[in-house]
Amino acid sequence: MNELITFISNNLQITYILILATFVGIEVIKSIPAVLHTPLMSGANALSGVVIVGAILVMLHSDPQDYLALGLGFVAVVLGVLNVVGGFAVTDRMLEMFKKKK
Amino acid sequence: MSILLSVIYLIATVTFIVGLKKLGHPDSAKNGNLIAAAGMGLAIFGTIFIHDLQVPTIIYVLIGIAIVLGGIIGWIIAIKVEMTKMPELVSLFNGFGGASAALIGVVEFGNNNIPATDATIVATILSAIVIGAITFSGSLIAWGKLNGTLKSVVKIPQYNIINNLFIIGIVVFSGYVVASGADSSLFLYGLLAAGLVYGILFVLPIGGADMPVVISLLNSLTGIAAAVTGILYDNMVMLVGGILVGSAGIILTVAMCKAMNRTLGSVIFGSFGASAGGEEGVNKTLGTIKKTTSSDTAIMMNYASNVIIVPGYGLAVAQAQHVIHELEELLTAKGVNVKYAIHPVAGRMPGHMNVLLAESNVDYALLAEMDDINPQFNNADVVLVVGANDVVNPAAHNDPSSPIYGMPILDVENAKHIVVNKRSMKAGYAGIENELFYNSKTSMLFGDAKDALTELVGELKNM
Repeated sequence: MNELITFISNNLQITYILILATFVGIEVIKSIPAVLHTPLMSGANALSGVVIVGAILVMLHSDPQDYLALGLGFVAVVLGVLNVVGGFAVTDRMLEMFKKKK
Repeated sequence: MSILLSVIYLIATVTFIVGLKKLGHPDSAKNGNLIAAAGMGLAIFGTIFIHDLQVPTIIYVLIGIAIVLGGIIGWIIAIKVEMTKMPELVSLFNGFGGASAALIGVVEFGNNNIPATDATIVATILSAIVIGAITFSGSLIAWGKLNGTLKSVVKIPQYNIINNLFIIGIVVFSGYVVASGADSSLFLYGLLAAGLVYGILFVLPIGGADMPVVISLLNSLTGIAAAVTGILYDNMVMLVGGILVGSAGIILTVAMCKAMNRTLGSVIFGSFGASAGGEEGVNKTLGTIKKTTSSDTAIMMNYASNVIIVPGYGLAVAQAQHVIHELEELLTAKGVNVKYAIHPVAGRMPGHMNVLLAESNVDYALLAEMDDINPQFNNADVVLVVGANDVVNPAAHNDPSSPIYGMPILDVENAKHIVVNKRSMKAGYAGIENELFYNSKTSMLFGDAKDALTELVGELKNM
């Protein structure tokens, strides 16, 4: 229990952000109509590709001689970009079809 | 971290929130997606170029190659995929995100710059690895199940107990690694492997009908994995972006469960197929079915004033969404009032049917949601059910022993005539009989949805 309290007080800012962002996520999604759930899921999926920022940081910090770290970082960047580009592109394709017909 | 990069991350974070918000309305959704994508691009390029590290050129080249490679593959998949394959695609992309998070964790655990004694950091890295691994293998299994590669529902005896013991074991072991400060790569790979195995065990026993819920849940987990990695780097855009996806994903998951009258617990631990299996053989009491022909249906529709079309996944499988639009236009031209009744879980994911119909240029205004259309079935002369089954099963209202009892359904039985197009009398996804088919107002139009509708359109054109 003590460790938890120490952790929270050491990471107060992050704890605040965690809690507030959770509520923002809930509130933003709550009002979305069921018809848009599929593009929403796909769009949120693209957003989770933000993990690519971490993958890039891994590569930037790697020693060029450390082939293992570089190799894994490389694969992580490829997969992250796949998630981001594929996710946004396919969401856009879906939403293109929702455009109001004249 | 430079001030410029912090500002860029701040802007990116705001675009994520605004983007998600705008995704909530059909008119602004496209913009919302583009705004979030622009923010993501900004964050990615800011991360690459704005820092004070001495980075050899070769690493920039490698990052560039990785981005171009992943970007091109992702783009091609996204452009080529058929709209009916959307759920498995989301699942696949999601798996990639999870794998990315797990790999980051693996690299950072071996990284000497990070003090292995700092319990917070070790805990964060291990969470990223385990959550990432679970989402990766789980998403791949979900993908395989949805595209039919993995056909059967594999049920290990007592899988609930095994699965729960397994995840508890992972958590306890991770706790031990953190507490002991053991800097062993053996433990690391052990946890990675355990996460991968749990992802498989977790998704494998879940029935196909519940798969969208699982994908949504896994999507949420990927967000959490990204957020955890964000804590590791003290990186706000990853943290907030990840948490947004995490909490939004949970809400979406719960909304989906509600639409199917399932609790999250019963999806994960439930046994839909097993309880439905015992219900067979009761169809003797349901009476007989009445077959009809496309010409009879055409006549009936031609003289109707209100027609409601209920599309289901069978329509999408048969690729009949374009023909149904032709039918709707033809009827409208004849002065018939046509609407589509969309059940929240029609198709394979909530909103999937809307996407499919939008693809074939159906006017968005003609798509009615369940709560709006249900009172209108009383006035409908003809209801045409195409490839839908469980979402129109009255057992949800009047058979408490039915596994779908309590699920909100479309009240098609209130209409004057019901025409059901199905390939055969095979039960729907839930594997249960549908008494609607035996109703005296119901006629069955057997055949492939596309063939049957094309014939129907042909008959109507000749009238």
